[in-house]
Amino acid sequence: MCLAIPAKVVEIRESVAIVDFGGVRREARLDFVKDVKIGDYVIVHTGFAIEKLDEKTALESLKAWEEVFKVLEGE
Amino acid sequence: MDILKIYSDKELAQKILRAIYHEAEKIGREVRFMHVCGTHEDTVTRSGIRSLLPKNVKVLAGPGCPVCITPAEDIARMMEIMKKAREEGEEIILTTFGDMYKIPTAVGSFADLRSEGFDVRVVYSVYDSYKIAIENPDKLVVHFSPGFETTTAPAAGILNEVIEKNIKNFKVYSVHRLTPPAVEALIKQGTTFDGLIDPGHVSTIIGVKGWEYITKEYGVPQVVAGFEPIDFLMGLLMLLRIVRKGEVKIENEYTRVVKYEGNVEAQKTIKKLFDIVDAKWRALGVIPNSGLELKEEYKDWEIRTFYDVNVPKMPDLEKGCLCGAILRGLALPTDCPLFGKTCTPRNPVGPCMVSYEGTCQIFYKYGALF
Ligand code: SF4
Repeated sequence: MCLAIPAKVVEIRESVAIVDFGGVRREARLDFVKDVKIGDYVIVHTGFAIEKLDEKTALESLKAWEEVFKVLEGE
Repeated sequence: MDILKIYSDKELAQKILRAIYHEAEKIGREVRFMHVCGTHEDTVTRSGIRSLLPKNVKVLAGPGCPVCITPAEDIARMMEIMKKAREEGEEIILTTFGDMYKIPTAVGSFADLRSEGFDVRVVYSVYDSYKIAIENPDKLVVHFSPGFETTTAPAAGILNEVIEKNIKNFKVYSVHRLTPPAVEALIKQGTTFDGLIDPGHVSTIIGVKGWEYITKEYGVPQVVAGFEPIDFLMGLLMLLRIVRKGEVKIENEYTRVVKYEGNVEAQKTIKKLFDIVDAKWRALGVIPNSGLELKEEYKDWEIRTFYDVNVPKMPDLEKGCLCGAILRGLALPTDCPLFGKTCTPRNPVGPCMVSYEGTCQIFYKYGALF
């Protein structure tokens, strides 16, 4: 029940989006996420988008981790 | 690069593991980290993380399953309400989630109620229950509504619309619970751990901010983490670094989703509709300020306002079931003599074996990895 998974927004109808979970399409309400666009990833939990997935931040944090590993492996 | 695939990358996992060994060796002593989320337990057990870790790094599972901790009395009370309504000539359509549906109590489960001829339906979302109410304007639809902050947000979203539109044939039975007060209660009751992995999706709603006081008041380091194996390993590594440096702070691994302030819109709606009250957790007792009850002005949307039924006192758990200790992070399912013998997902003895998020079911499902 708690599971929340990323899905891609493929259609928006007012406060409801159609989202794609790797092939399976479902409705997700957009009450709590603003400015969602088609193509965005959202985290969906029990039929609600609870947040957008920020790809830019994701890539930045991965880069930061790589730095940490470099330092450690050099030690 | 596919953003969804990076977090299951083997090479990256190897690098993180090497760093974990490095940090663990420097620390030397045993360190115990707790998580409080069924989905985290699924990640840990499915990927065999416990067996990959250095011997001195232990992962405990806390109360991460909202249906497991829903009091048996509330399930029984909802069942009595259905019966009383029928006696009075009203047929209620009861909706709830799939795992809640099968949770056993001394007087049976919602599944048993359905086999007695009551209209009980399993839904994926509270939005589905709402749609059933719209399609059946002459019937009363009640959603038995469990869940931590992540699930409370959708319930609040739907209730907000129902209240605004003044739809009277949709009501809830709220057994929503808050997670940080449970962690606080465990600390006070003596469960000891060196750091906490915060549940990413609860944190999506309450933010890093919602957990901060645990670090400030109890000196417990925390890391908010996501649900891919990489996320969890990285969360452990970040905690190890904090512990090794002797720091007391909270960090966020799951920055791609969780913001410091959380989902403010969702918080506002929850706050608008619900009061925070002391609440019972099955097998854990009453935890101060851990439950959510609809506010006085919205009581027309809470089914208990209309039905006052009595339920007998009943035991939280069957004799011999260790769910209580498991939910406190004091035992693992393999410590339970009934595990996999008398108690299996087909014939569950306790709630931790029924729910997909219950530690016992997760251990059973991926048993081969132990
Ligand atoms: S294995 Fe079954 S009886 Fe044992 S603690 Fe888990 S749910 Fe309870």
